[in-house]
Amino acid sequence: MNLKMIVGAAVAVFMLAACESTPETKATSTGSGSGQAAAPAPAPAAPAPMAKPAGPRPGSQEELNAQYGDRVFFDYDKSDVRADAAKTLDGWAAWLQKNGSARLTVEGHCDERGTKEYNLALGDRRANAVKNYLVARGVNANRLTGISYGKEKPTVLGSNEDAWAKNRRGVAVVN
Amino acid sequence: MTHACGVTRFVILLALCAVLGAPARAELRVDITEGFRAPMPIAVVNLFGDQPQETQVGKDIAQVVSANLERSGLFKPIDQKAFIQSAQTLRVMPNFGEWRTINAAALVTGTIQMRGDGQMRVEFRLWDVFAGQQLVGLAFSTEPQHWRRLAHKISDAIYKRMTGEEGYFDTRIVYISEVGPLTRRVKRLAIMDQDGANHRFLTDGRHLTLTPRFSPTLQEITYFAIVNEKPRVYLLSVDTGKQELLGDFSGMTFAPRFSPDGNKVIMSMALDGNSEIYSMDLRTRKVTRLTNDPGIDTSPSYAPDGSKIVFNSDRGGAQQLYVMETDGANVKRISFGTGRYATPVWSPRGDLIAFTRMHQGQFYIGVMRPDGSDERLLTSGFLVEGPTWAPNGRVLMYYRQTPVDARGRGGVARLYSIDLTGHNEREVVTPLEGSDPAWSPLIQ
Repeated sequence: MNLKMIVGAAVAVFMLAACESTPETKATSTGSGSGQAAAPAPAPAAPAPMAKPAGPRPGSQEELNAQYGDRVFFDYDKSDVRADAAKTLDGWAAWLQKNGSARLTVEGHCDERGTKEYNLALGDRRANAVKNYLVARGVNANRLTGISYGKEKPTVLGSNEDAWAKNRRGVAVVN
Repeated sequence: MTHACGVTRFVILLALCAVLGAPARAELRVDITEGFRAPMPIAVVNLFGDQPQETQVGKDIAQVVSANLERSGLFKPIDQKAFIQSAQTLRVMPNFGEWRTINAAALVTGTIQMRGDGQMRVEFRLWDVFAGQQLVGLAFSTEPQHWRRLAHKISDAIYKRMTGEEGYFDTRIVYISEVGPLTRRVKRLAIMDQDGANHRFLTDGRHLTLTPRFSPTLQEITYFAIVNEKPRVYLLSVDTGKQELLGDFSGMTFAPRFSPDGNKVIMSMALDGNSEIYSMDLRTRKVTRLTNDPGIDTSPSYAPDGSKIVFNSDRGGAQQLYVMETDGANVKRISFGTGRYATPVWSPRGDLIAFTRMHQGQFYIGVMRPDGSDERLLTSGFLVEGPTWAPNGRVLMYYRQTPVDARGRGGVARLYSIDLTGHNEREVVTPLEGSDPAWSPLIQ
């Protein structure tokens, strides 16, 4: 591994840590009132909530989130697995090997810069790309379910490149 | 008010004879093919009745007619305060000189009578003020609770006489009602009359619902919903509220639309990341695959004569519009402008295809001929999407969403309508936010 790749991986880990503050589905509702602007939390101070002494339960969503993060990102109108997603996805594959009874639902999401129906298809492609990657890493396909939400469930509120980049995502939900 | 569609509740008793046998002359007419033109001044008088209830309904009908005509952008209803002649003397004959004085080009008069058999009899007449001539005279009989639909039928008769085109006022809109922040939106099916009246919700909001479309009979709506993490196409009976999963597909089904005869639903199914277009015969439930390409194939829409299908595909690298035979043969690309094209919808007249276009960060609603020629963009914005046609093919509805600003404000979705000419763009007011409108055919 050359230096460049290490830096890339470190950046990916940082991004994922930042994302832990906005967990997908389940365990959501961090108490913040609805109408409040959950702004796309810029650079300053994102103290990643590190694992508490006890640590999350093995095989749980929390464990997956803490160890690898629960999401990977895609380029605009693309469904190819990006190079910076590989470490996360390899982590999910390893985690699934370790937790033999766990199953994942992979959600495919899009940004708001497309039409609804096309984005449902694109989200399906993204979920499928993640599934294919995991299967190629030895995960049994019947432990994986894909679902597309198109552009209907953005996680970051905003009409800017940063928000769109974070909304174009594949999310692992532990069943 | 729940009016069962498809059941004729209106008896058109007779076409009232012209009172004056004036010779034909230059016709009073609204040309709707032009670009902007000054709306025609029209005086809509409250329908005259003897009893208080008749007076009230007569006033209500006139208001609905007046609002319909005004919203069309083709007419400018004159303030009733300017009227000189009373409704009572109008029963005998309009004093055209008095109507000319207030610059009315057209005049709408009528009478209303509640009858012993529980029926309401309404007569209305449309007059050419300058020629002093009756243009339309119709008498209707119906139950009093249907006064609003009667007003729409009168509006349609006026529109048709003045423009030469069918009206679109006796129609309904099904759409997605939205509420809550974008990250946790509740989206549910809602239905209303074309003017926003008689609004009601059809689903409870527990499940994400999108892209509703009317059957040609208006009895059923097909739409997309995610229920128990299964994204599928559903069928809903408007009258009974019964919902039905459409077909037994192994992958996500989406982007449904009825065939013009109502016997089929055409839709996409995504399996292993690949979307293809299928048609399903609603009587036999037989499913036929129409496309076979590794690209995304979605948003299919039939030509009104049922001979062709226009759809959206990225098989060429990015989203473009394609036309094919109904069996999937002879696929031809029709969109060639810069940017991406999506959501093609064939006009009920067959002459045009409406679409959403995306280019350099802007969204557009436009139309082109079925061979791709004569593209025209009607409106644009940060996000405008999903055109639907009025049944006469002269007006489009779509939704517009505002961007979210740095403080998290915005992301507001609203319905809009616009003339095919690109003029008369207006918000279609809904109780909550709205998206994905679908315009019904004329109610039978």
